[in-house]
Amino acid sequence: MKYLALVYYQESAMNQMSQQEWDALNRECIACVGSLQQSGNFLDGAPLEQSPSATTIRVRDDKLLVTDGPFAETKEQLAGYYLLEANDLNQAIQLAQKIPPARYGSVEIRPLRELQEEGNSGHNAVN
Amino acid sequence: MQTGIEQIYQQVARQVFATLVRLLKDFDLAEDALQDAYLSALEQWPHDGIPHNPAAWLISAGRFKAIDQLRRRSHFNDNLLPQLTDLESGFYDFDPEREMSIHDDQLRLIFTCCHPALAQEAQLALTLREVCGLTTEAIARAFVSKAPAIAQRIVRAKNKIRDANIPYEIPAQNQLPERLNGVLKVIYLLFNEGYSAASGDETLRNDLSSEAIRLARLLCALLPQEHSESMGLLALLLLQDARRAARIDEQGELILLEDQNRDLWNRAQIREGLEWITRALQLGPVGSYSLQAAIAAVHAEARDFAATDWRQIAALYQRLYTQEPSPVVALNHAVAVSMMTEGGGPEVALTLVDELLSHGQLDDYHLLHAARADFLRRLQRPAEALPAYEKALSLTSSGSELRFLQRRIDECRQAADKKN
Repeated sequence: MKYLALVYYQESAMNQMSQQEWDALNRECIACVGSLQQSGNFLDGAPLEQSPSATTIRVRDDKLLVTDGPFAETKEQLAGYYLLEANDLNQAIQLAQKIPPARYGSVEIRPLRELQEEGNSGHNAVN
Repeated sequence: MQTGIEQIYQQVARQVFATLVRLLKDFDLAEDALQDAYLSALEQWPHDGIPHNPAAWLISAGRFKAIDQLRRRSHFNDNLLPQLTDLESGFYDFDPEREMSIHDDQLRLIFTCCHPALAQEAQLALTLREVCGLTTEAIARAFVSKAPAIAQRIVRAKNKIRDANIPYEIPAQNQLPERLNGVLKVIYLLFNEGYSAASGDETLRNDLSSEAIRLARLLCALLPQEHSESMGLLALLLLQDARRAARIDEQGELILLEDQNRDLWNRAQIREGLEWITRALQLGPVGSYSLQAAIAAVHAEARDFAATDWRQIAALYQRLYTQEPSPVVALNHAVAVSMMTEGGGPEVALTLVDELLSHGQLDDYHLLHAARADFLRRLQRPAEALPAYEKALSLTSSGSELRFLQRRIDECRQAADKKN
């Protein structure tokens, strides 16, 4: 099964780090990716530039609306993602707990679903 | 015959269900399969006699019924085909006796229902529904909630188990301690839900407490290795529950430990609780449930309130505080110290409580001010006790506590007037 591990942290808190500390954390992330690749659990992943670089778009009535900033103002901001291959949630949790920023912010683990012609999951019909 | 069959079914139903969940990988399918298997048993057992292993028979019948149902459903839904193929592949060499690793299946079920990826309240409802087999209506009444709300909570939890693929497994050794703590927490919360006499149907609340005790017993029996805190929790629940008949008066109000009629305590249950806590303490490590159980054991062993070994209770609270440094534990420690005849007493206890207050802790907790007032009253300082009782009074809304505090306030007024 595929799981997406979304990495969140408070950018303001991370900005308190010195360049050396920040680089050390990033080297840890490089090592983390390396070990996940070696065990065959890493499918994809990347860190993101900080949230002020975000642009949010919406399409309403065929019209494109573009706004500055992330979709929602939250305490912690999305900082990166790992796409993981795991047998089940317990394994996904074990893998995700090694993601270095989990020590500072949080990592949200979500199962991926498949797009199908019909009978799609990921939807809870109200009626 | 039918009542005999029903009795056997009740005894093994949850075990059979746990194994069916593993075989069918689907809670709802397993529940249907269990019901269908029971109906078959009601039809066949009166003619064929009761099988020598009823649980294995029900597992086999339930599995067969499930395959049947999946076959019918797969005519309309191709998505079921892999599940069906999977099940049918082992159809002919299926050996229900071999599938009776029932102990493991029940543990799997407990760990799945208490998975930390589920909300705590969902864990409670799911455990009661799936492990204990309570109906949604009974769970709703016990939690003073509405059945549809509980049903929805359970459905959501099952959906999450399915969608996030929460595995049906006993956690790996390196995760076991933490996951076990989660299970113990669920059992403890279930018990407290049943033990706190706040509201709700009383018989159902008793049921909840007995279910919690049953679960703790089950856990102690099922765990592959003896686990001191599981034993400690079982001891704690048994010892607390043993006081049940003595702790509520005819008006349904709580009776303080001090005023309880100890002849009403359930001695057999106390003996069992004492055995478990002894084993837990011998085995170690001694965690917070074991320490709380040890405190309950000291109370249980005292002939009456005055004969309580307060020195030991104070020492146990002090040890509990090192593991669980909460102000409430510190307050309980102070109360025990106030009862000690040597090296303690109300004066020492007063400094401990004032120390808590000076750190800004528990200032809005009525029991702290009630305890502080009580120390002052016993020190013959009614004028100082009075405002403390009044503060406690302003912080509680419980009827029996209000009456108790008001009585003390009146006494202090009289005593203070006399002094002047």
